[in-house]
Amino acid sequence: MDSGIIGYGAYVPRHRIKVEQIARVWGADAPSYKRGLMLREKSVPTPDQDTITMSVEASRHAIRRAGIDAQKIGAIYIGSESHPYAVKPSGTTVAEAIGATPDIHCADFEFACKAGSEGMFVAMSLVEANQMEYALGIGADTSQGAPGDALEYSASAGAAAFVFGKEKRIAECEHTYSFMTDTPDFWRREYQFYPRHAGRFTGEPAYFKHVLSCAKKIMERSGTTAKDFRWAVFHQPNGKFPMRAAKKLGFEKEQVEQGWLSPTLGNTYSGSSPMGLSAILDVASPGDRILMVSYGSGAGSDGFIWKATDRIKEVQGLAPQTREQLENDPIYIDYGTYAKFRGKIRKLAN
Amino acid sequence: MRDVAVIGIGMNRWGELWEKSHRQIWTEAALEAIDDAGVDHVDAMFVGCMSGGLFMGQEHLGAMLADQLGMGPIPGTRVESACASGGLAFRQAYLSVASGMHDIVLASGLEKMTDVDGGAATYALSTAADQEYECFHGITFPGLYAMMARAHMAKYGTTEEQLAAVAVKNHENGSKNPLAQFPMKVTAEQVMNSVLVADPLRILHCSPITDGAAAGILVPLDMAKKMSDKPLVKVAASAQASDSIALHDREEITWIGSTAKAAEDAYKQAGCTPKEISFCEVHDCFTIAEIMVTEALGFFDRGQGGKAAESGETALGGTIPINPSGGLKSKGHPVGATGVAQIRELVMQLRGECGERQVKDAVRGMSQNMGGTGASTAVHILERV
Amino acid sequence: MIGSSRYWREVPQRYRYEAAKCTKCGKIFFPPRLVCNGCRSREFETVTLAQEGVLETFTVIRVAPTGFGDETPYAVGIIKLDDGVRITSQVVDCDVEKLNIGDRLRLEFRKVQEDGESGVICYGYKFVPAN
Repeated sequence: MDSGIIGYGAYVPRHRIKVEQIARVWGADAPSYKRGLMLREKSVPTPDQDTITMSVEASRHAIRRAGIDAQKIGAIYIGSESHPYAVKPSGTTVAEAIGATPDIHCADFEFACKAGSEGMFVAMSLVEANQMEYALGIGADTSQGAPGDALEYSASAGAAAFVFGKEKRIAECEHTYSFMTDTPDFWRREYQFYPRHAGRFTGEPAYFKHVLSCAKKIMERSGTTAKDFRWAVFHQPNGKFPMRAAKKLGFEKEQVEQGWLSPTLGNTYSGSSPMGLSAILDVASPGDRILMVSYGSGAGSDGFIWKATDRIKEVQGLAPQTREQLENDPIYIDYGTYAKFRGKIRKLAN
Repeated sequence: MRDVAVIGIGMNRWGELWEKSHRQIWTEAALEAIDDAGVDHVDAMFVGCMSGGLFMGQEHLGAMLADQLGMGPIPGTRVESACASGGLAFRQAYLSVASGMHDIVLASGLEKMTDVDGGAATYALSTAADQEYECFHGITFPGLYAMMARAHMAKYGTTEEQLAAVAVKNHENGSKNPLAQFPMKVTAEQVMNSVLVADPLRILHCSPITDGAAAGILVPLDMAKKMSDKPLVKVAASAQASDSIALHDREEITWIGSTAKAAEDAYKQAGCTPKEISFCEVHDCFTIAEIMVTEALGFFDRGQGGKAAESGETALGGTIPINPSGGLKSKGHPVGATGVAQIRELVMQLRGECGERQVKDAVRGMSQNMGGTGASTAVHILERV
Repeated sequence: MIGSSRYWREVPQRYRYEAAKCTKCGKIFFPPRLVCNGCRSREFETVTLAQEGVLETFTVIRVAPTGFGDETPYAVGIIKLDDGVRITSQVVDCDVEKLNIGDRLRLEFRKVQEDGESGVICYGYKFVPAN
């Protein structure tokens, strides 16, 4: 392929809640949750942060690294299950904020946690097809887990944005492959506030089947094995699943650790594997090969094989790095503040 | 231009007047002024009202109130300049008499603020600031003055105790004013321990939400000499100035330029200096406002207003008594009425009718009424003839 | 409280921080104006505001206007940007008890208010501590 990533950026909200805070309220055993899900804490968006605001910040970082005129971006695709409006695009607000209007195509994508990689795939495909010079693909979510549900320990917030182009690439795209079936493991019906999931059914027949199949097939088609990759990142619904998938595919811990953000970030849904990729690009060296496999319930996985170019080192320091945002000065909140921030408290109607 | 005298004044008890509509509140004050002047008609009327629309859902107050007064066809004009609406209504009345356009003119002010809840009242008041570039971000009027206070404290070392001294003094004065909304005395400790509204301002640094009206009758001085047997009070100066509506657009956050400019013009018109003013009614919508205004009016050097308040210079019996009426703080602040009520206090003081709160040897009084964070100011000087 | 056309009209300022610079005396106006209040010139060029600055003064709002009640206590300040322009904005992601005049801040894109649960969502600038 001639196209690839020319700029990337992530955004992590500063607020965090620890697993113990949530477990205490629901009478759950925090140590077993931490062990079982390999989660310690998660990011929490403030009431003034949403998919649009985080997408704008991540996109500004990505454009700074790409070093391009935003007016030349031909498309913006935002993948999210938490678009602020049910009807009204997130993409146009982001396009307007980064100065990319009006010669642009916008669409909002939704495919559970896979919507972000889907936006990346379509954006890059249009560049590859010479439909436009640059395109922006974003994965962002302020995901919700029902109070007391297992998802509440993981559902978090963050965004990653990628500018695709053919010139001045920092990572070439060597291969893509997607694997889809109809598998009802997790969903949210119209007008429902919280998603539902099918418990342990979300594991083997859903996450693992799709992630492993996608990873195996893309490696098979590209003639690669785990040893050909310096880095790998898989969708991270918790801390445990991506590590187990990596092990089954023959990856070592040091290949996946850099992009494994979920123990302290949580599951940023559409932002999950894209943010992991951004953390890898922050440290990648020229020639490093990266495997990325997303997963979205419903269900499907998008796979990408990236190869960092010589330009990668020039851009890493141009915008805030992902782990730096994750680790620097978090603001810890209690469950009451978290419940207020996330609109979980019933109030007087205006 | 003709010399102008104020020969009648009127005001009712201010407060939360649940049982009275704006028609009744205003008409009571207007009739009292008319009776005080001993006139049987007026040729024109002006009413200052900040937001009849947002507080009462009622605009078109000029015509409505002229009709309530039973004076049907006279020109009725509503004047608006946020919290300076009353001061400007008085100024318009003054100009219409001074110019020779009318002989007997009613100047009045009105606000009925308690028919809406706190959030709606806060919003209505906030329309005096820049809606798109200040209020959009969640700032309130206490918040804007709090930012002025913090800047003044940082620049000049003004203290919380000095801010509190203004509230203590104004409540002390207000305790001697039978029409004041909050005539109780307060201590500095009570002020400094009252609930925070917008740091560093607390509830007892803020003027209240008030229903009320005030009115005055203006006539040419020559005519007044023949009409009135009360001590004559003439308008020695009427000045007005503007500044940016947004606080952040001011060159100095700690300086109220519109007040300084209006005062400069007023001193010139009256041919006097700040030292020759016997007392002054100022727009103490917040304690910090009084401190900054007394500096802008030239009573104290820049940054010295807080110290002056604390040392008693602005108390009754001080070098320059400020707000002998109790000010907005104690008397109440029905925004559109405030500027006219200040004129009423000036006239009463100059006539020697203030009883316990009477300023000794009061010969020349000044009023300062401002809108927003000082985007508009009206300054008047009245003298005993 | 805020209609969609009224919000939309200010998008160049709220999203992209577009200001007008007087081509004669160099003064920058935010939002743009038609007449320079420094030199009365009517010629301007569009510039983008500096996105970092210093906190000149601030307050912590405890009693909020309609629509901001859930956010109390929140800080609002006047920020002097590096290009000399002063603007009013919320300061977030900070301990409001530890803010100080002179703190260095940078701009972030945030939701500023919304017209109830069914109305338009208004985005714009807020400031956060610059690290």
